[in-house]
Amino acid sequence: MAMDRREFLKIAGLTALLGVGGKAGFELLAPGAVDAAVKDVPLTAGKKWGMAIDVRLLDDGVMEACVEACHIHNNVPHIGNPKEEIKWIWKETYDHAFPGQENEYLAEGFKEKHFLLLCNHCTNPPCCRVCPTKATWKREDGIVMMDMHRCIGCRFCMAACPYGARSFNWGDPQKAPKELNPNFPTNREFPTRSKGVVEKCTFCAERLAKGQFPACVEAGNKMKPGVLVFGDLDDLKSEVRTALRKRYSIRRKPELGTGPNIYYMI
Amino acid sequence: MLDKALKGSPTYWGWIIVLLGLIGAGFGFYLYQFSEGLRITGMSRDVSWGFYIGQLTYFVGVAASGVMVVLPYYLHDYKAFGRITILGEFLAVASIVMCGLFVMVDLGNLPRMLNIIIYPNPTSILFWDMIVLNVYMLLNLVIGWNVLSAEKKGMHYPSWVKVLIYISIPWAFSIHTVTAFLYAGLPGRHYWLTAIMAARFLSSAFCSGPALLILLCLIVRKATRFDPGEEQIHTLGSIVTYAMILNVFFFLLEIFTAFYSQIPGHMHSIVYLFAGLDGHSKLVPWMWTAAFFAVVALVLLIVPATRRKTDVLAVACVSVVIATWIDKGFGLVVGGFIPNPFDRVFEYWPTMPEIMISVGVWATGFFVLTVLYKVATAVKEEAAA
Amino acid sequence: MYDGGKIITGLVIGVGLLLFPVFYNAGKAAKAPERVLTEKAKAAQQCVEPLSFMKTEHMKLLDEWRQQVVRDDVRYYTSASGKVYYKGLQTTCMDCHSNKTKFCDQCHNYMGVAPYCWDCHIAPKENQ
Repeated sequence: MAMDRREFLKIAGLTALLGVGGKAGFELLAPGAVDAAVKDVPLTAGKKWGMAIDVRLLDDGVMEACVEACHIHNNVPHIGNPKEEIKWIWKETYDHAFPGQENEYLAEGFKEKHFLLLCNHCTNPPCCRVCPTKATWKREDGIVMMDMHRCIGCRFCMAACPYGARSFNWGDPQKAPKELNPNFPTNREFPTRSKGVVEKCTFCAERLAKGQFPACVEAGNKMKPGVLVFGDLDDLKSEVRTALRKRYSIRRKPELGTGPNIYYMI
Repeated sequence: MLDKALKGSPTYWGWIIVLLGLIGAGFGFYLYQFSEGLRITGMSRDVSWGFYIGQLTYFVGVAASGVMVVLPYYLHDYKAFGRITILGEFLAVASIVMCGLFVMVDLGNLPRMLNIIIYPNPTSILFWDMIVLNVYMLLNLVIGWNVLSAEKKGMHYPSWVKVLIYISIPWAFSIHTVTAFLYAGLPGRHYWLTAIMAARFLSSAFCSGPALLILLCLIVRKATRFDPGEEQIHTLGSIVTYAMILNVFFFLLEIFTAFYSQIPGHMHSIVYLFAGLDGHSKLVPWMWTAAFFAVVALVLLIVPATRRKTDVLAVACVSVVIATWIDKGFGLVVGGFIPNPFDRVFEYWPTMPEIMISVGVWATGFFVLTVLYKVATAVKEEAAA
Repeated sequence: MYDGGKIITGLVIGVGLLLFPVFYNAGKAAKAPERVLTEKAKAAQQCVEPLSFMKTEHMKLLDEWRQQVVRDDVRYYTSASGKVYYKGLQTTCMDCHSNKTKFCDQCHNYMGVAPYCWDCHIAPKENQ
């Protein structure tokens, strides 16, 4: 394909994004970033990606939309049983999302409230420490990334993750039950995985590289603007830093020293 | 010397054929697992390590049979053990063969196994475990083979073997420590997150390895013309005694910390294993069986009258093996995953294919053991003659 | 020769088994691969690199691409001619060569090569 048309489409797409996303679009991609990327500089260099979830705006509809968007974009199959299920982002009640925090006299509405859980892209990730092949590693921009080409399926990372964020392909995902996956693969622009490798949320690294928000963020904010605030934690003026300055937030199991980068603004 | 394994009684060949049959069956089931994926096992998103890794852990312990004979002989001049160092070393080799195979059958993508060498990650304990286990196996194989070969020729073994022997002693301690480190450094698994995990691994290794070695010595005494020796067997018995006392004591220390502190994270896995949690109690009968056999073993071992009777010592050793095998080869791994990070209980039980593959691995290990022991005992029989 | 009978028999059986494929296929020739270019590929006139390069190096190129995209987040490739391409098997390569069975598979099947890319990467839909 000729470069000119592709480049044009890229710029046109970005313009559209900037128009729609406004300030947020600018945040993800500084001017000139695309040209830099073409010259072999990663688009997301210098960032420290993180996300703040506005718990007050979370409801079942929003969360289901986020989960669907993620699983559709990333070709995550529905396996249909909890033994082999693969989930990159999911709902969890308060006592299971924050075990140890629950108490008898919890505020009304919290006991049944669901939270959105995903990989925390920790600052100090134990999963990366234990991976024998560096098939999962922490990128400079903060994303704990997966290299499906290298993973040997030892599942040490799954043992190490204190958050249950990782799933293993116990069988061939392309052989998942057809009744549950009628349109599989749901995203033909993106690969699936094979059996025998571990997978998890990658903050949609390939979308970030084009200046787009992760699929869950886009879907969630479409339904309830501001429910998922994604951005550069190192940038004082970013939306996510602004939000975190205004609202009290908690993280999952902070006492373990993993430094999770998903903040729950309650 | 390997040709000595080609001459044997009908019983020997019958045993070899049985083992080969079991290896074949296990391999067949492995092919099924290779094509279908690990979904044919009982492992799940929550209990992502199961029987295979449990057995890997147990047999790393059994490999301590080597050092428990070598250390007294070479460092403390306990001459009697010179008779059976080869049996301890060869058991270590066979054990680590099984460890390697258990890792291999557990991998999701076995063809990529060499990635751990091509793209090593020195912060990963798995990387170091691979190194220490393989080196220890090679050490024992090279040492054992050369010492045996020299004995066959009626000579003293070359001096470089001595260097390897001295290295193998601290190296033996490293295999248990590093394997314990696989578990003891994971922040989310409170059943494993204890400083004495390595100490527990060492103590359980030093009782389970020699216990199995005693049983093998008794079999060797019956099946061949080589007698490992009463004194040797009973000294090993004393070693098993002290190691088992330490092993049980360390476990009771864990119980104290968990239940005196009353911290849920520390208690929950132990409660699941010994009483059941949220209505799930699959492992409870197994853990109490292990506890029962541990008590039986301790009584029979500590009381001199019973320990000194070889037949009763054998019963005690079987008890030790049962207790340690259930605790380290199953309860430890599964218990670490339950409850899961969300405080839920998802139970695990191995499936039939999973067990058959494990049988194939055990059969391979025992095949290696049989062949090596056949060679060793044949050489010793000839040397005695 | 000690045990000569057994050895000769064993040799005959062993060598026979080894050479069986030669005997079985003697006189036949496998059909040479016929690569069919799509209209899009013909219109582009040149792949990411010239044909001679792609023929011998496309495997290495794809290997480098997957390393650079996934591990280094460097996603654009400047070819020798100066054109820039997005490094993607599914999105760039198969966009032009959308007839996998009539293109990629032709040579791969002939050579007995089964690249495992397709375990994960989605082959384009073809109307047979």
